[in-house]
Amino acid sequence: MNLIEGKAPRVVFGETVAELGKTDPRIVVLDGDLGSSTRADIFENAHPDRFFQMGIGEQNLLGAAAGMATVGFIPFVSTFACFAVARALDSIRVLIAPARLPVKIVGGYSGLLAGMTGKTHLIFEDLAIMRAMARMAVVVPADEAETRQAVRAIVDHDGPVYLRLTRQAAPNLFDDSYRFSLGRVVVVRPGADATVFATGTQTVRAFQAAEALAAEGIDLQVVHVPTLKPLDADAIIDAARATGFVITSEEGSIVGGLGGAVAEVLGERFPLPLRRHGLADTFGESGPDQALLEKYGLSVTRTAEAFRAFVRARGQ
Amino acid sequence: MKSDPREAGPSVAELEDLARRGRAHVIRAVAHANGGHIGGPLSAMDVLVALYFRILRIRPEEPAWADRDRFILSKGHSAIGLYSVLALRGYFPVEELQTFDAIDSRLQGHPDMAITPGIDMSSGSLGLGFSGGLGIALGGKAAGRGFTTYVMLGDGECNEGIVWEAAHVAQRYSLDNLVAIIDHNKLQQFGWRGDSRTDRLPPYTGTQLADRWGAFGWHVLEMDGHDMTQIISTLAAARDHRGGPVAVVAHTVKGKGVSFMEGNYEWHTRVHTAEELGLAMAELGDPGKEGQEGGAA
Repeated sequence: MNLIEGKAPRVVFGETVAELGKTDPRIVVLDGDLGSSTRADIFENAHPDRFFQMGIGEQNLLGAAAGMATVGFIPFVSTFACFAVARALDSIRVLIAPARLPVKIVGGYSGLLAGMTGKTHLIFEDLAIMRAMARMAVVVPADEAETRQAVRAIVDHDGPVYLRLTRQAAPNLFDDSYRFSLGRVVVVRPGADATVFATGTQTVRAFQAAEALAAEGIDLQVVHVPTLKPLDADAIIDAARATGFVITSEEGSIVGGLGGAVAEVLGERFPLPLRRHGLADTFGESGPDQALLEKYGLSVTRTAEAFRAFVRARGQ
Repeated sequence: MKSDPREAGPSVAELEDLARRGRAHVIRAVAHANGGHIGGPLSAMDVLVALYFRILRIRPEEPAWADRDRFILSKGHSAIGLYSVLALRGYFPVEELQTFDAIDSRLQGHPDMAITPGIDMSSGSLGLGFSGGLGIALGGKAAGRGFTTYVMLGDGECNEGIVWEAAHVAQRYSLDNLVAIIDHNKLQQFGWRGDSRTDRLPPYTGTQLADRWGAFGWHVLEMDGHDMTQIISTLAAARDHRGGPVAVVAHTVKGKGVSFMEGNYEWHTRVHTAEELGLAMAELGDPGKEGQEGGAA
């Protein structure tokens, strides 16, 4: 099954938040001097009076957003994931999260596929950090349609949200009939041999890998987890129970990320054999996207190899 | 010029008395909690009293009034100083000060906007409150509201990088609805060593603090942070300045009001012994029963 290439999530973000701004005067965007990359510039063009340039200073970027939230605005903070999470963490954990301020933290250029921007701009531990943050919701869309809906949905979520976006376009997994619901998982492929939980654009590659493995007689259920927090624990247990063997797959650290989240739920409530696929206790490097995906085991081919090995090892 | 309904508030003598009572509350609450910052709240007390009784347009009976002036104690470690003034101003009972730092208390060691009436922004990790204040001022302008946002920072706090990130942006947006007040008591927790361990040097040598703010494009005013008349006129001038943000450097003394605490860095967090407590209270003319006194003057 061939998927059609979609629009880059960063473009979808810029377009959607600009669209929302037309009807919702509460929406403002705060930029950390990356608007031309994160595509927050689309909002600046549409609503220059509600676009605030905080310059290159991410602690203050998040701190100022907290202040704006207290006077009735819904601030979207736009920067790279590495800066939002690592550089501005104190502003998030002191000002934003404890008071449940409705700041929507949009971490662009996340995961592995920002390699040409330089190694320091890659962050793999962002999901682990933000998932551990009390009162924070964590949303990781897979493709164009889901990103569009997620940007809208987080406006209505009463509290802070970390929205993790990918720089690059991904194939479209969902069409316009898809309905994103914050806090819910969605089964994107039925299967009997194992349940694969995946998140973000890695779900698309996990789906493509599962399709390829079907030809070999390996029948994988693929469940997309777009919300890591709050986690849809009951649905995860139900999906895991259906096959009895669980694989997690993510373009991020398996320590504390989706793999950690699923392992916590199943370990406490429904222990099952589980294998985690993703970035394992490592840092990134610069390089072309496809080369990075191959080297770090996240291309469709290498994802399929990992899934195949997991399923075969379990059968022995 | 903005109208100020409290221009005709308490007299200078009454304000000085409120500050004296505020200091006594601070010392008693820290002694009761057997811990907490104490030197910083005392250096900040006169400015806090002037703000809450003469400068800020506020409604203590309606802490969330949308058009109120905002105040943020970015040097959140001095929370008990702010709590004492909020109690004197009627935000909550003075008796509640005895719950400072206690489990389940609304009066946590650092101000928490989610639980305490009158707290406009959480703070405690230094520099963050100022950044939140910048956002409030930006938001106030964007929303077309006329309120002023005042932020008190410590001079030690100005070591933090985020302070200068926010200062840069405030100037960039010409935020003349933002006033930073720096409690310049010249001592931080430990600081730089002078001739001996107990001789601690002031945080800024070379370029002085006022010049640093000026270099960031802020309009800078300086005042004696313990002279009530000067405090009121300087803060009013800061409020009325147009064209950009104003930094008011308040020259203060850490531990102000109790002779043996003044200028001694060891009183950053020390708790009084019973004997010291008696001496301090005697200096402040505290009869001991003032803990029962009521709200606003």
